[in-house]
Amino acid sequence: MNLTAEPRTLTFREALREGLREALAGDERVFLMGEDVGRYGGCFAVSQGLLEEFGEERVRDTPLSESAFVGAGIGAALGGTLPIVEIMTVNFAMLALDQIVNNAATLRHMSGGQLNVPLVVRIPTGPGRQLAAQHSHTLEGWFAHVPGLRVMAPATLEDARGMLAAALADPDPVLVFEQIGLYGVRGELAAPAGPVGLDRAAVRRPGSDVTVVAYGGTLAPALEAAAELASGGVSAEVVDLRTLRPLDTATVIGSVARTHRLVVVDNAWRTGGPGAEVVARVAEEALDELDAPVERIGAVEVPIPYARQLEEAALPSVGRVVEAARRAVG
Amino acid sequence: MSGRADALELLSTMLRIRRFEERCVELYSAGAIRGFLHLCVGEEAVAAGVLSALAPDDAVVSTYREHGHALARGMPMESLLAEMFGRATGCSRGRGGSMHLFDAGRRFYGGNAIVAGGIPVAVGLALADRLRARPRVTACLFGDGAVAEGEFHESLNLAALWHLPVVFCCENNRYAMGTALARSHAETDLALRAGSYGVRSWAVDGMDAVAVHEATALAVDTARAGGGPCFLELRTYRFRAHSMYDADRYRDRAEIEAWRARDPVEVLAGSLTADGLLDEAARKELEEAVGREIDEAVCAAEAAPLEPVEDLTRFVTTIYPEVGT
Repeated sequence: MNLTAEPRTLTFREALREGLREALAGDERVFLMGEDVGRYGGCFAVSQGLLEEFGEERVRDTPLSESAFVGAGIGAALGGTLPIVEIMTVNFAMLALDQIVNNAATLRHMSGGQLNVPLVVRIPTGPGRQLAAQHSHTLEGWFAHVPGLRVMAPATLEDARGMLAAALADPDPVLVFEQIGLYGVRGELAAPAGPVGLDRAAVRRPGSDVTVVAYGGTLAPALEAAAELASGGVSAEVVDLRTLRPLDTATVIGSVARTHRLVVVDNAWRTGGPGAEVVARVAEEALDELDAPVERIGAVEVPIPYARQLEEAALPSVGRVVEAARRAVG
Repeated sequence: MSGRADALELLSTMLRIRRFEERCVELYSAGAIRGFLHLCVGEEAVAAGVLSALAPDDAVVSTYREHGHALARGMPMESLLAEMFGRATGCSRGRGGSMHLFDAGRRFYGGNAIVAGGIPVAVGLALADRLRARPRVTACLFGDGAVAEGEFHESLNLAALWHLPVVFCCENNRYAMGTALARSHAETDLALRAGSYGVRSWAVDGMDAVAVHEATALAVDTARAGGGPCFLELRTYRFRAHSMYDADRYRDRAEIEAWRARDPVEVLAGSLTADGLLDEAARKELEEAVGREIDEAVCAAEAAPLEPVEDLTRFVTTIYPEVGT
């Protein structure tokens, strides 16, 4: 680990790998398994070099059996280890839904508190790469629906570097949704980088006219929109949810109490998506704070198409966030 | 295993299970137990034979038809009944009911009510033992219905690939709820299919508790010694319907009667009697002891306090963040 006080430049992928390496080196109970995490180096090269460093027992390539290896992660967690399971992308996580929803999320409760499942599941996700409907899903909201799970969506280098340690310290199952589009993004990370807290949303850009709530793959467009709005004289505050379950309603409402206008943006379909939950909570707890109708931006309700122009039209964009914020401000 | 004490122990375990299940029927009819109730009457030789072959620190993963497995593992009757009555002293504090009996101390990992859902978990428990270099075995019980699920096939392959100490115990009672084996499997020789994954597999008379015990002991020894996973097809039969809701219209009466003639309790009792190891007085004494145990457990469970509604949201996550849910 870099112990100097100098900030470093690195990619999300490297930040995530550092987190993995530190976890594997720091606790012999930790191991990593999933499809192509070892010899291939990870489908997105996140775990490159870890097999060579930690060996085949602790960096385990699995068959294409999502239900079995996620379930095996649950069993291994019950058995006193700290598994990190990678599902290659969220699109294949549907094949492990039974294990995640029926076992990981329920075992503590169904056993009357006798068991706990200290499992971390890393799930690369995100549309926008012209991969068509079956490889472009945004489904973290499904998982955030389920009590017993913690659902995280790192959107900054600091979170990419520090969330894993915090997730491993959680005695219950944690799903980490990693944005594929962010893996190659380079930035500065303050050093030394330590674990980060999981429970609080973060105000990534302060502002006074409108609150823009985003997370994961929509934080960058939200920040870009805020910069564009600023040049037009609109001061947007950008809140990064960071964790979808448990949802930090207080930080969102605190921001809305300052700006009195709310735009929520995520990549999910609007119907029943994570943004809907944010809006519902604001309506329940802070309706009086709102001076304008809430703006909710999500994917157009179609299976995400292949052609560039169609996919772009289906997904949230900087332009849509800017327009929505301007409508809200009036 | 052929000693008198061990065979008598198997008989005692089977009788405890049989009478316990019969009492559950009465308690269900009286409204004291609700929800789904799946009884294992007729399948007691599997529970007694498999569980008696395990060491105390081995792990057990079971199904929703698990009263017998739980009792044979040593869980007190009272903790099962209190669970089904929704009491604070229930093994799962009223969160699980009949289908979700847990006992972490005895390494009894439930009561899984999704067919085949426990099988990957069993593979993971064995993986943890392997990674931590502990000479323990995980026994995974499931029914013939599970063999039609993808999780079964994924898990057998994974356990064999990684050479993990799992003993897969298929309690083949010939029906997946109401669908007969031959109506849902193109190949009904389940041991043959398990063997195709490179798992040592064999079929056993699941109505013979001694045979089940001996086969399981061999499988457990093999797995513990590093021989990889084993698969046992334990051929048995449930005498009662699938659950309390099942009208049992899909089985011939003659078929049920033919299997009842091979009642595992009476088969073992008969053999012990023939060998001069059990007489009428001893049988009566055994029955009375079991009856007393059940009576006392029912009384204690009925007297226990209900699990309080105020505790509804306990045991969901460990950390209660102030930000709420």
